[in-house]
Amino acid sequence: MFNISALICGLLFGLGLAASGMTNPEKVIGFLDLFGNWDPDLLFVMGSAVLTTVISFRFVLKKDKPFFAPIFSLPTAAGLDKRLLTGASLFGIGWGLYGYCPGPAVAALGYLKPTAFLFVAAMLLGMLFVERKLK
Amino acid sequence: MSNFFYPILGGVLIGLSATLLLLLLGRIAGISGIVWAAITETGQRTWRLIFLGGVIFGGSLFHWVSGVPIPEGNDNWLLAIIAGLIVGVGVKLGSGCTSGHGVCGIGRLSMRSLTATITFMVAGIVTVAVVNTVTG
Repeated sequence: MFNISALICGLLFGLGLAASGMTNPEKVIGFLDLFGNWDPDLLFVMGSAVLTTVISFRFVLKKDKPFFAPIFSLPTAAGLDKRLLTGASLFGIGWGLYGYCPGPAVAALGYLKPTAFLFVAAMLLGMLFVERKLK
Repeated sequence: MSNFFYPILGGVLIGLSATLLLLLLGRIAGISGIVWAAITETGQRTWRLIFLGGVIFGGSLFHWVSGVPIPEGNDNWLLAIIAGLIVGVGVKLGSGCTSGHGVCGIGRLSMRSLTATITFMVAGIVTVAVVNTVTG
């Protein structure tokens, strides 16, 4: 059941990303182009996704444990630090440059366009760099 | 022309996926974290690879079912590499991306995630504004 659940969740996530327009870099850059020719559509994506989790997580996290795992594995970091803010800023810059964030980049691998593979490969290198050099 | 149906459908599906992943497996649907752990954490690799396979297949499935064409994408491979590198460094340093901080973190009412989300949105908006100014 564990792996079937993972498959269903992955499928829903991929369907959602493609339906939302997040896998279209042009659309994402249009959304970030607040001071130019702004395309508000992705505001509805973030809005409906966050509204769903804000409501549902309240109920889910009241449970003692998940259905198929012994515990909820939640992030433990608290408070703000320079690392979080620097990381989020860099991520936003990369996102604005090409129009992919990690989820859509992974989903776009299925479109079999070379640039999605290059983006994901470079992203992994970037992650590896932080893991090796900045820890 | 704006069409709100697909954006809202997409957002709800993403939110539903994050809800089920937490409810069933007790895990946060943060793609950058899942990708990284799928490669580095050998013990819990299987479900992550299956999840990511689902994301890839689901992304294409939508276009087959709906008839909405697959996005053209941007053929600038050098930009894809540079942006990918910066995104990789950023999400690892900042412990998450649009899904982990934006969708799930805010869902958990985490101040860290809300702050990260505002930060990367502002950085993205500034970047697009700067690129548009420079390239005219």
